[in-house]
Amino acid sequence: MKGNKKHWYDCLWIVTPIYLGLGFFNILFAWLGMIFFCLPLLISIFGGGKLYCNRYCDRGQFLSLLGGRLKLSRNRPTPRWMRSQAFRYGFLVFFFLMFFQMLWTTYLVGAGARDLGEFVKLFWMFRLPWHWAYHGTIFAPWVAQFAFGFYSIMLTSTLIGVIVMVLFKPRTWCVFCPMGTMTQLICRLRVGKHTEEGEKAHGGEGKAGGGAFEAAGQ
Amino acid sequence: MASKRYAQVGEHCVACGCCVKVCPLGAIQVWKGVAARVDTDRCVGCGKCAGECPAGTISLKARVETV
Ligand code: SF4
Ligand code: SF4
Ligand code: SF4
Repeated sequence: MKGNKKHWYDCLWIVTPIYLGLGFFNILFAWLGMIFFCLPLLISIFGGGKLYCNRYCDRGQFLSLLGGRLKLSRNRPTPRWMRSQAFRYGFLVFFFLMFFQMLWTTYLVGAGARDLGEFVKLFWMFRLPWHWAYHGTIFAPWVAQFAFGFYSIMLTSTLIGVIVMVLFKPRTWCVFCPMGTMTQLICRLRVGKHTEEGEKAHGGEGKAGGGAFEAAGQ
Repeated sequence: MASKRYAQVGEHCVACGCCVKVCPLGAIQVWKGVAARVDTDRCVGCGKCAGECPAGTISLKARVETV
C-alpha cells in the first residue's frame, strides 16, 4: 500500500500566499518569482522530469488544498476545449507574448523612454493601483518595473488558476499552465533523445500501461 | 483475484501527477515527466485517479480474461 506519509515539501503551498503577500507590501519581492520560473525548467533540463510539478510546485499544492481539502471546487470535468492541445499551446504562445511585452516595457523604462508604472495589470488589461508597494529604492527604475510586470503575471495566473479550480477540477490550471507545458515538452525532447535507453530501463513495465504511454508520449 | 477493470492513460496526459497522489496502491506513476503509466497488475480499477485527473484522460477498461 502506498502510504500517505507527510513530507516537508507537502507544505510548500504556503509559498503562494507568502509570495503574493510580500508583493503587496514591497513589489521588489516579486523578483523571487524568478525561482518559480527557472527552477522547473532547470529540473527538467537536467533530467529531473516533472519533479517540480509532481512534488515541489507551490501553486499546484495551493490549488489542491483549496479545491480538494477545503472543497472549494465544484469538481466538474474540465471542458473539452480547455484540455485541447490547441488551447494549451495557444495559451503558451499568448503567455510568452505577454511576457516579452513585459520585458519590452522594462527595457523602455530602463532606457528612460517611459516612466515607471506603479500599478499591477490584472488579466493583462485592468490597471490596479499598487503604488504603496513601491518605496523608492537604491535600484534603477527598471528593476521596479520588472517587479510590477512580473507580479502582474504571477497574480493574474494565480487568479486564473483559482477561477478554474472553483469551476472545474482543483488542478484544472495544470492542464494549460505554461510552466507545466514547457517542462513536459523538455521531458518529451529528452526522452525522444534517449528512447532506447528509456525502453531498456522500463522494458519490464511494458505490460504496465505501455500502450497508454506510447500514445501519450508522442 | 484480479479486478475486473484497470485504468488506462490517454494521450492528453499533462504529467501533473495528481493521479499519483490519490492512488491507494501506488499503481500509477509519471514516467520521466512525459506521461502517467499504470501498473496494470497492481491497479484494482477503483477509478480514484480518473476522478482526480484534470485532463480527463484516464479511462477504466475491462480486463480481457486470459486462461
Ligand atoms: S502544471 Fe504548473 S501549476 Fe501545475 S504543478 Fe506544474 S508548474 Fe505547478
Ligand atoms: S492526473 Fe491525468 S493528466 Fe495528470 S498525470 Fe495523471 S493521467 Fe496525466
Ligand atoms: S484505478 Fe485505482 S488502483 Fe488503478 S491506478 Fe487508478 S487509483 Fe490506482
